[in-house]
Amino acid sequence: MSEKIYVFKRFERFWHWSQAALIITLMLTGFEVHGSYVLFGFGKAVDIHTVAAWSLVTLWVFAIFWHFTTGEWKQYIPTLDKVDAMIKYYLMGIFTHAPHPFKQTVVTKHNPLQRLAYLGFWLVISPIIWFSGWFYLFYASWAAWGVDRYLSLEWVAFFHTVGAFMILAFFIVHIYLTTTGHTVTSHIKAMVTGWEEVE
Amino acid sequence: MNPETKQRLGKKHVINNFCTAVPSNYEFCTACHVGYGWKDNNFDFSAQDNVDCLVCHDTTGTYRKLPGLAGHPTYKDMEFPPHSGKIVKAPDLGQVARNVGKSSRANCGACHFYGGGGDAVKHGDLDSSMRDPSKYLDVHMAKDGLDFTCGTCHATSGHQVPGSRYAPTATDEKAGAHMRGKKDVNPSTCQACHGTRPHPASKTKLNDHTDRIACQTCHIPEFARGGIATKMSWDWSTAGKLDKDGKPIKLKDSAGRDAYDSKKGDFRYEANVIPEYVWFNGKVNYTLRDTRLDPSRIIRINHFEGSPDDGKSKVWPIKRFTGKQPYDTATNTLLIPHTFGDDDSSFWSNFNWDKALEAGMKAAGGSFSGQYGFVSTEMSWPITHMVAPKDDALTCQQCHGANGRLDKVPGLHIPGRDANPWLDRIGWGIALLTLLGVLAHGGARILMARRGNGGH
Repeated sequence: MSEKIYVFKRFERFWHWSQAALIITLMLTGFEVHGSYVLFGFGKAVDIHTVAAWSLVTLWVFAIFWHFTTGEWKQYIPTLDKVDAMIKYYLMGIFTHAPHPFKQTVVTKHNPLQRLAYLGFWLVISPIIWFSGWFYLFYASWAAWGVDRYLSLEWVAFFHTVGAFMILAFFIVHIYLTTTGHTVTSHIKAMVTGWEEVE
Repeated sequence: MNPETKQRLGKKHVINNFCTAVPSNYEFCTACHVGYGWKDNNFDFSAQDNVDCLVCHDTTGTYRKLPGLAGHPTYKDMEFPPHSGKIVKAPDLGQVARNVGKSSRANCGACHFYGGGGDAVKHGDLDSSMRDPSKYLDVHMAKDGLDFTCGTCHATSGHQVPGSRYAPTATDEKAGAHMRGKKDVNPSTCQACHGTRPHPASKTKLNDHTDRIACQTCHIPEFARGGIATKMSWDWSTAGKLDKDGKPIKLKDSAGRDAYDSKKGDFRYEANVIPEYVWFNGKVNYTLRDTRLDPSRIIRINHFEGSPDDGKSKVWPIKRFTGKQPYDTATNTLLIPHTFGDDDSSFWSNFNWDKALEAGMKAAGGSFSGQYGFVSTEMSWPITHMVAPKDDALTCQQCHGANGRLDKVPGLHIPGRDANPWLDRIGWGIALLTLLGVLAHGGARILMARRGNGGH
């Protein structure tokens, strides 16, 4: 037995997929600038990385605006309720066809672990990557900002890379967890069409 | 006197590792002096009658000064080089005098392209290919381009030519055009015209390099690019070998360039040379005649000061010229040989070091113990001419990657080259473990589903 609910509105889906494309681009070009491989060529990689970063900033401005005007930001309020049940589910229940401890609805579309994960993204990964990226990009303005005594390119790049590795790990888990819905593809389908198949 | 280093410099005082020094060889060397008759120590620099206006202002191209005439032009036809059978015609001085004008590339080049005893020998970034350069060779001076003369950048004021190699401007942060004639600024720097953020907004990241990287580092990818090789080393210690008839020898290398000359020793020439790169703050220290040497080490004839931390230095391209030259083994000081002259003691007439050094040091007012050896030396030359078009500038990867141009320059963090190895190990390790973790989790789910337990 399954039913369908409309969880992801049109802007949300646009936001998600363009953000996905930008983050993949940023990772690809970023690790090239880092020196891990040669793909586009250093100069081109820097250019693409910069354009993608600014695009992502713009997208986030719109997304933040959207979340506040629609009240959807409440979806990200963290809760510890049922977190233990979720962990137990991923460690055991998922293998034995136990019922999912979280009932997805239009008003609560993220399970408690998801909420914590996204909160972690907001509070830890995001500041690391954005602050270090901002100083990396505006290297020439350090003196004017009076921060050149405290910063070195080496350490700014170091923390930017720390953030990048965190995003890479997040990305791997994120993609894998898309397969853990009602069916293997039901989460992905929901993100494309907006309609999620639920139990 | 250099006010920065308190060293007394100038051609009369310095020693280099090419022809080594001017004293005792005045008549030969002063062919390039803008004055007539500097043949010994007693030349009067203040006498206006001695000033040679024509060498800089001749527009006919016929005025020529030859080594050995103490700065005089040829007043009558003469055979040059001696015993060569070639006749150099004397210029029609009246005709020359009626055709004076602004200095051209050829005027300046008549001396500056030929420093060190021949075309391209000394600088590496100045040779006769610059008289009429292609755009590829020099984007500013190309005739089919901007057609700059030397004086366009080295804009003189009252015959004072700015742009000194004794006290170069390594870091020029005064953005914007410089006023001609202002004494506190050097109008011949790149920044004097281009400012400190010269790249367009679409390439603004390149502007972030200008705090540490000299323009020349990227925009002069190689020197001696005009098809003429420059001398890269000169070993005086092998000079003086004669053939079985007692006659001096000249040998060429496989590329047809001079490789040995009994008068001068062994040479090495190279074209299209990739520069070396150093931190440079504009201060140059010279090893002078009275400087004590440690002959077990390579003697730096001059030394470019600079460091990544002094806030005044930039990474500059240089030509590093190496050689071996005579020194006094008793006093550990450099010696000056008397090379040129129609006398018994000059090295080029009888190939006797003892006599040549004795006479050279006597003429220079120094002492010679009678014992000499040859010490290894190196000299640095800033590379600043032969500016390539932007498409031929260095690409990012030439520094931002493995085996980059700046690998020997300390104190730089270069993205793409200098990743922290520990961060990489840990970061990729975590990514790999994460991937393995989800694969194992997914694998277990598939396995359990197959067993009929009904997992998703």
